[in-house]
Amino acid sequence: MWQIFHKLGSPKWFFGIASTLMPWLLWAGVAMLAVGIGWGLAFAPQDYLQGNSYRIIFIHVPSAFLAQSVYIMMAVAGLVTLVWRMKLADVFVKSVAPVGAVLTFLALFTGAVWGKPTWGTWWIWDARLTSMLILLFLYFGVIALGAAISDEKSSARAVAVLVLVGVVNIPIIKYSVEWWNTLHQPATFKLTEKPSMPPEMWVPLLLSVLGLYLIFGWLACLRMQTEILAREGRTRWVKELVQAQGN
Amino acid sequence: MAFDSFGAFMVMGGHGPYVWACYFVFFLLMGATTLWSLRQRRFVIAQQRRRMDAAPVRDSTPAGASFTRIDPSRD
Repeated sequence: MWQIFHKLGSPKWFFGIASTLMPWLLWAGVAMLAVGIGWGLAFAPQDYLQGNSYRIIFIHVPSAFLAQSVYIMMAVAGLVTLVWRMKLADVFVKSVAPVGAVLTFLALFTGAVWGKPTWGTWWIWDARLTSMLILLFLYFGVIALGAAISDEKSSARAVAVLVLVGVVNIPIIKYSVEWWNTLHQPATFKLTEKPSMPPEMWVPLLLSVLGLYLIFGWLACLRMQTEILAREGRTRWVKELVQAQGN
Repeated sequence: MAFDSFGAFMVMGGHGPYVWACYFVFFLLMGATTLWSLRQRRFVIAQQRRRMDAAPVRDSTPAGASFTRIDPSRD
Protein backbone atom coordinates (compact mmCIF):
# COMPACT_ATOMS: atom_id res chain seq x y z
CA MET A 1 0.00 0.00 0.00
CA TRP A 2 2.67 2.48 1.03
CA GLN A 3 4.72 1.53 -1.98
CA ILE A 4 1.84 2.40 -4.28
CA PHE A 5 1.41 5.65 -2.43
CA HIS A 6 5.06 6.53 -2.89
CA LYS A 7 4.95 5.61 -6.55
CA LEU A 8 1.83 7.74 -6.99
CA GLY A 9 3.77 10.64 -5.64
CA SER A 10 6.51 10.21 -8.22
CA PRO A 11 6.00 12.52 -11.19
CA LYS A 12 7.98 10.21 -13.47
CA TRP A 13 5.80 7.23 -12.67
CA PHE A 14 2.64 9.29 -13.14
CA PHE A 15 3.89 10.62 -16.47
CA GLY A 16 4.25 7.08 -17.82
CA ILE A 17 0.87 5.91 -16.56
CA ALA A 18 -0.83 9.01 -17.93
CA SER A 19 0.71 8.49 -21.38
CA THR A 20 -0.69 4.95 -21.55
CA LEU A 21 -4.13 5.95 -20.28
CA MET A 22 -4.64 9.11 -22.33
CA PRO A 23 -5.63 7.66 -25.74
CA TRP A 24 -8.17 5.35 -24.06
CA LEU A 25 -9.63 8.15 -21.97
CA LEU A 26 -9.94 10.48 -24.94
CA TRP A 27 -11.47 8.11 -27.46
CA ALA A 28 -13.79 6.34 -25.03
CA GLY A 29 -14.87 9.74 -23.70
CA VAL A 30 -15.49 11.24 -27.15
CA ALA A 31 -17.42 8.14 -28.25
CA MET A 32 -19.63 8.09 -25.15
CA LEU A 33 -20.28 11.82 -25.28
CA ALA A 34 -21.12 11.63 -28.98
CA VAL A 35 -23.57 8.75 -28.46
CA GLY A 36 -25.11 10.42 -25.40
CA ILE A 37 -25.55 13.81 -27.08
CA GLY A 38 -26.65 12.39 -30.44
CA TRP A 39 -29.21 10.17 -28.75
CA GLY A 40 -30.38 12.95 -26.47
CA LEU A 41 -30.73 15.53 -29.23
CA ALA A 42 -32.37 13.49 -31.95
CA PHE A 43 -33.88 10.31 -30.49
CA ALA A 44 -34.92 10.88 -26.87
CA PRO A 45 -38.63 11.69 -26.56
CA GLN A 46 -39.85 15.23 -26.01
CA ASP A 47 -40.57 16.33 -22.44
CA TYR A 48 -44.30 16.67 -21.85
CA LEU A 49 -43.88 19.93 -19.89
CA GLN A 50 -40.76 21.63 -21.23
CA GLY A 51 -40.92 20.50 -24.86
CA ASN A 52 -37.57 20.35 -26.59
CA SER A 53 -35.74 22.90 -24.46
CA TYR A 54 -35.04 20.11 -21.97
CA ARG A 55 -32.50 18.68 -24.48
CA ILE A 56 -30.05 21.17 -22.96
CA ILE A 57 -29.94 18.75 -20.00
CA PHE A 58 -27.56 16.46 -21.93
CA ILE A 59 -24.77 19.04 -21.57
CA HIS A 60 -26.05 21.01 -18.56
CA VAL A 61 -26.07 18.11 -16.09
CA PRO A 62 -22.68 16.69 -17.19
CA SER A 63 -21.06 20.16 -16.87
CA ALA A 64 -22.60 20.85 -13.47
CA PHE A 65 -21.82 17.35 -12.22
CA LEU A 66 -18.18 17.60 -13.30
CA ALA A 67 -17.84 21.16 -11.99
CA GLN A 68 -18.67 19.91 -8.50
CA SER A 69 -16.77 16.63 -8.58
CA VAL A 70 -13.66 18.37 -9.93
CA TYR A 71 -13.83 20.64 -6.90
CA ILE A 72 -14.20 17.66 -4.54
CA MET A 73 -11.21 15.98 -6.20
CA MET A 74 -9.24 19.21 -5.76
CA ALA A 75 -10.18 19.28 -2.08
CA VAL A 76 -8.95 15.71 -1.59
CA ALA A 77 -5.72 16.63 -3.38
CA GLY A 78 -5.48 19.75 -1.22
CA LEU A 79 -5.72 17.62 1.92
CA VAL A 80 -3.00 15.32 0.55
CA THR A 81 -0.83 18.37 -0.13
CA LEU A 82 -1.20 19.60 3.43
CA VAL A 83 -0.80 16.24 5.19
CA TRP A 84 1.79 14.41 3.10
CA ARG A 85 3.34 17.28 1.12
CA MET A 86 2.86 15.29 -2.06
CA LYS A 87 3.97 17.35 -5.04
CA LEU A 88 1.74 15.55 -7.49
CA ALA A 89 -1.38 16.54 -5.52
CA ASP A 90 -0.54 20.20 -5.99
CA VAL A 91 0.20 19.58 -9.67
CA PHE A 92 -3.32 18.16 -9.93
CA VAL A 93 -4.97 21.14 -8.21
CA LYS A 94 -3.14 23.70 -10.35
CA SER A 95 -3.75 21.78 -13.58
CA VAL A 96 -7.46 21.13 -13.24
CA ALA A 97 -8.63 24.41 -11.67
CA PRO A 98 -9.03 26.18 -15.07
CA VAL A 99 -10.94 23.17 -16.45
CA GLY A 100 -13.21 23.29 -13.42
CA ALA A 101 -13.83 26.98 -14.00
CA VAL A 102 -14.76 26.34 -17.65
CA LEU A 103 -17.16 23.56 -16.63
CA THR A 104 -18.79 25.74 -13.96
CA PHE A 105 -19.22 28.55 -16.47
CA LEU A 106 -20.79 26.09 -18.92
CA ALA A 107 -23.19 24.83 -16.25
CA LEU A 108 -24.21 28.43 -15.47
CA PHE A 109 -24.49 29.45 -19.12
CA THR A 110 -26.49 26.44 -20.28
CA GLY A 111 -28.64 26.81 -17.17
CA ALA A 112 -29.37 30.46 -17.95
CA VAL A 113 -30.28 29.70 -21.57
CA TRP A 114 -32.47 26.83 -20.43
CA GLY A 115 -34.08 29.02 -17.78
CA LYS A 116 -35.31 31.59 -20.32
CA PRO A 117 -37.90 29.40 -22.09
CA THR A 118 -38.64 27.32 -18.96
CA TRP A 119 -38.83 29.83 -16.11
CA GLY A 120 -39.16 33.01 -18.17
CA THR A 121 -35.91 34.47 -16.86
CA TRP A 122 -32.19 34.09 -17.59
CA TRP A 123 -31.12 34.51 -14.01
CA ILE A 124 -32.55 34.58 -10.53
CA TRP A 125 -30.70 34.91 -7.25
CA ASP A 126 -31.89 31.66 -5.81
CA ALA A 127 -29.84 29.21 -3.76
CA ARG A 128 -28.75 26.78 -6.48
CA LEU A 129 -27.72 29.43 -9.00
CA THR A 130 -26.01 31.66 -6.47
CA SER A 131 -24.04 28.80 -4.90
CA MET A 132 -22.89 27.73 -8.38
CA LEU A 133 -21.76 31.30 -9.06
CA ILE A 134 -19.78 31.17 -5.80
CA LEU A 135 -18.18 27.94 -7.05
CA LEU A 136 -17.06 29.80 -10.18
CA PHE A 137 -15.51 32.55 -8.05
CA LEU A 138 -13.79 29.92 -5.88
CA TYR A 139 -12.21 28.47 -9.01
CA PHE A 140 -11.08 31.97 -10.04
CA GLY A 141 -9.67 32.47 -6.54
CA VAL A 142 -7.71 29.21 -6.69
CA ILE A 143 -6.26 30.10 -10.10
CA ALA A 144 -5.36 33.65 -9.04
CA LEU A 145 -3.83 32.63 -5.71
CA GLY A 146 -1.77 29.90 -7.35
CA ALA A 147 -0.45 32.37 -9.92
CA ALA A 148 0.23 35.10 -7.37
CA ILE A 149 2.69 33.15 -5.18
CA SER A 150 5.86 32.23 -7.01
CA ASP A 151 7.39 29.99 -4.35
CA GLU A 152 6.22 26.50 -5.22
CA LYS A 153 5.80 25.22 -1.66
CA SER A 154 4.02 28.24 -0.18
CA SER A 155 1.81 28.43 -3.25
CA ALA A 156 0.86 24.76 -2.86
CA ARG A 157 -0.04 25.22 0.80
CA ALA A 158 -1.99 28.46 0.32
CA VAL A 159 -3.99 27.01 -2.57
CA ALA A 160 -4.70 23.81 -0.60
CA VAL A 161 -6.08 25.81 2.32
CA LEU A 162 -8.30 27.91 0.04
CA VAL A 163 -9.63 24.81 -1.73
CA LEU A 164 -10.41 23.13 1.61
CA VAL A 165 -12.20 26.17 2.99
CA GLY A 166 -14.26 26.46 -0.19
CA VAL A 167 -15.40 22.86 -0.06
CA VAL A 168 -18.16 23.94 2.37
CA ASN A 169 -19.93 25.31 -0.71
CA ILE A 170 -20.34 21.84 -2.24
CA PRO A 171 -23.01 20.49 0.15
CA ILE A 172 -24.73 23.87 -0.13
CA ILE A 173 -24.97 23.44 -3.91
CA LYS A 174 -26.06 19.83 -3.55
CA TYR A 175 -28.84 20.40 -1.00
CA SER A 176 -29.84 23.91 -2.07
CA VAL A 177 -32.75 22.47 -4.07
CA GLU A 178 -34.04 20.73 -0.96
CA TRP A 179 -33.33 23.26 1.78
CA TRP A 180 -34.74 26.33 0.09
CA ASN A 181 -37.59 27.14 -2.24
CA THR A 182 -36.07 27.32 -5.66
CA LEU A 183 -37.03 27.37 -9.30
CA HIS A 184 -34.40 24.72 -9.99
CA GLN A 185 -35.69 21.20 -10.37
CA PRO A 186 -34.39 18.50 -7.97
CA ALA A 187 -31.48 16.25 -8.86
CA THR A 188 -31.96 13.93 -11.82
CA PHE A 189 -29.81 11.12 -10.43
CA LYS A 190 -29.87 10.00 -6.83
CA LEU A 191 -27.96 7.05 -5.45
CA THR A 192 -30.89 5.80 -3.43
CA GLU A 193 -33.79 6.19 -5.85
CA LYS A 194 -34.67 5.33 -9.38
CA PRO A 195 -34.37 8.30 -11.78
CA SER A 196 -37.60 10.23 -12.28
CA MET A 197 -37.11 9.99 -16.05
CA PRO A 198 -37.81 7.13 -18.46
CA PRO A 199 -34.70 5.16 -19.59
CA GLU A 200 -34.87 6.73 -23.09
CA MET A 201 -33.93 9.98 -21.37
CA TRP A 202 -31.64 8.96 -18.52
CA VAL A 203 -29.50 6.44 -20.41
CA PRO A 204 -28.20 9.05 -22.90
CA LEU A 205 -27.78 11.48 -19.99
CA LEU A 206 -25.71 8.96 -18.06
CA LEU A 207 -23.63 8.30 -21.19
CA SER A 208 -22.85 11.98 -21.64
CA VAL A 209 -21.96 12.37 -17.95
CA LEU A 210 -19.55 9.41 -18.16
CA GLY A 211 -18.17 10.62 -21.50
CA LEU A 212 -17.43 14.07 -20.14
CA TYR A 213 -15.83 12.46 -17.08
CA LEU A 214 -13.43 10.53 -19.32
CA ILE A 215 -12.65 13.61 -21.42
CA PHE A 216 -11.95 15.49 -18.21
CA GLY A 217 -9.60 12.62 -17.23
CA TRP A 218 -7.74 13.06 -20.49
CA LEU A 219 -7.52 16.83 -20.07
CA ALA A 220 -6.31 16.41 -16.49
CA CYS A 221 -3.56 13.97 -17.57
CA LEU A 222 -2.49 16.26 -20.41
CA ARG A 223 -2.35 19.36 -18.24
CA MET A 224 -0.63 17.56 -15.35
CA GLN A 225 2.02 16.28 -17.74
CA THR A 226 2.60 19.84 -18.94
CA GLU A 227 2.89 21.10 -15.38
CA ILE A 228 5.36 18.30 -14.52
CA LEU A 229 7.46 19.10 -17.60
CA ALA A 230 7.57 22.74 -16.53
CA ARG A 231 8.46 22.00 -12.90
CA GLU A 232 10.85 19.07 -13.24
CA GLY A 233 12.94 20.58 -16.02
CA ARG A 234 16.16 19.91 -14.10
CA THR A 235 15.70 16.16 -13.73
CA ARG A 236 17.40 13.84 -16.16
CA TRP A 237 14.29 11.97 -17.27
CA VAL A 238 12.52 15.20 -18.28
CA LYS A 239 15.60 16.30 -20.22
CA GLU A 240 15.69 13.00 -22.08
CA LEU A 241 11.96 13.15 -22.71
CA VAL A 242 12.09 16.71 -24.04
CA GLN A 243 14.95 15.78 -26.35
CA ALA A 244 13.07 12.73 -27.64
CA GLN A 245 9.86 14.78 -28.20
CA GLY A 246 11.57 17.45 -30.22
CA ASN A 247 13.26 15.17 -32.73
CA MET B 1 -36.21 9.77 -34.31
CA ALA B 2 -38.14 12.19 -32.16
CA PHE B 3 -38.55 14.56 -35.15
CA ASP B 4 -40.35 14.19 -38.49
CA SER B 5 -37.84 16.12 -40.60
CA PHE B 6 -34.44 17.78 -40.42
CA GLY B 7 -36.20 21.15 -40.38
CA ALA B 8 -38.21 20.15 -37.33
CA PHE B 9 -35.00 18.96 -35.71
CA MET B 10 -33.38 22.38 -36.24
CA VAL B 11 -36.43 24.33 -35.06
CA MET B 12 -37.01 22.10 -32.00
CA GLY B 13 -40.60 23.28 -31.63
CA GLY B 14 -39.49 26.90 -31.21
CA HIS B 15 -36.71 26.09 -28.73
CA GLY B 16 -34.03 25.70 -31.41
CA PRO B 17 -32.09 28.91 -30.68
CA TYR B 18 -31.80 28.04 -26.97
CA VAL B 19 -30.76 24.45 -27.52
CA TRP B 20 -28.30 25.18 -30.32
CA ALA B 21 -26.76 28.17 -28.55
CA CYS B 22 -26.01 25.92 -25.55
CA TYR B 23 -24.44 23.19 -27.66
CA PHE B 24 -22.44 25.71 -29.67
CA VAL B 25 -20.97 27.36 -26.56
CA PHE B 26 -20.32 23.97 -24.96
CA PHE B 27 -18.28 22.68 -27.89
CA LEU B 28 -16.60 26.04 -28.42
CA LEU B 29 -15.34 26.24 -24.83
CA MET B 30 -14.40 22.57 -24.51
CA GLY B 31 -12.56 22.80 -27.84
CA ALA B 32 -10.80 26.00 -26.80
CA THR B 33 -9.74 24.44 -23.47
CA THR B 34 -8.34 21.43 -25.33
CA LEU B 35 -6.45 23.53 -27.90
CA TRP B 36 -5.10 25.83 -25.18
CA SER B 37 -3.88 22.83 -23.15
CA LEU B 38 -2.17 21.28 -26.20
CA ARG B 39 -0.50 24.61 -27.08
CA GLN B 40 0.67 25.05 -23.48
CA ARG B 41 2.30 21.64 -23.62
CA ARG B 42 4.09 22.44 -26.89
CA PHE B 43 5.17 25.78 -25.44
CA VAL B 44 6.64 24.19 -22.29
CA ILE B 45 8.51 21.56 -24.31
CA ALA B 46 9.96 24.26 -26.58
CA GLN B 47 10.93 26.32 -23.54
CA GLN B 48 12.72 23.37 -21.91
CA ARG B 49 14.55 22.65 -25.16
CA ARG B 50 15.74 26.24 -25.35
CA ARG B 51 16.91 26.04 -21.76
CA MET B 52 18.78 22.83 -22.47
CA ASP B 53 20.39 24.26 -25.59
CA ALA B 54 21.50 27.27 -23.58
CA ALA B 55 22.81 25.27 -20.60
CA PRO B 56 26.01 23.69 -22.08
CA VAL B 57 27.29 27.15 -23.07
CA ARG B 58 27.06 28.27 -19.47
CA ASP B 59 28.86 25.12 -18.30
CA SER B 60 31.80 25.71 -20.65
CA THR B 61 32.66 29.14 -19.27
CA PRO B 62 35.88 28.83 -17.31
CA ALA B 63 35.52 28.64 -13.58
CA GLY B 64 37.63 30.93 -11.46
CA ALA B 65 38.04 34.59 -10.78
CA SER B 66 37.07 37.20 -13.29
CA PHE B 67 37.54 40.92 -12.91
CA THR B 68 34.65 42.14 -15.03
CA ARG B 69 32.47 44.59 -13.22
CA ILE B 70 28.98 43.35 -12.43
CA ASP B 71 26.16 45.79 -11.84
CA PRO B 72 24.04 44.60 -8.94
CA SER B 73 20.36 44.49 -9.86
CA ARG B 74 18.18 47.00 -8.13
CA ASP B 75 15.01 45.06 -7.61
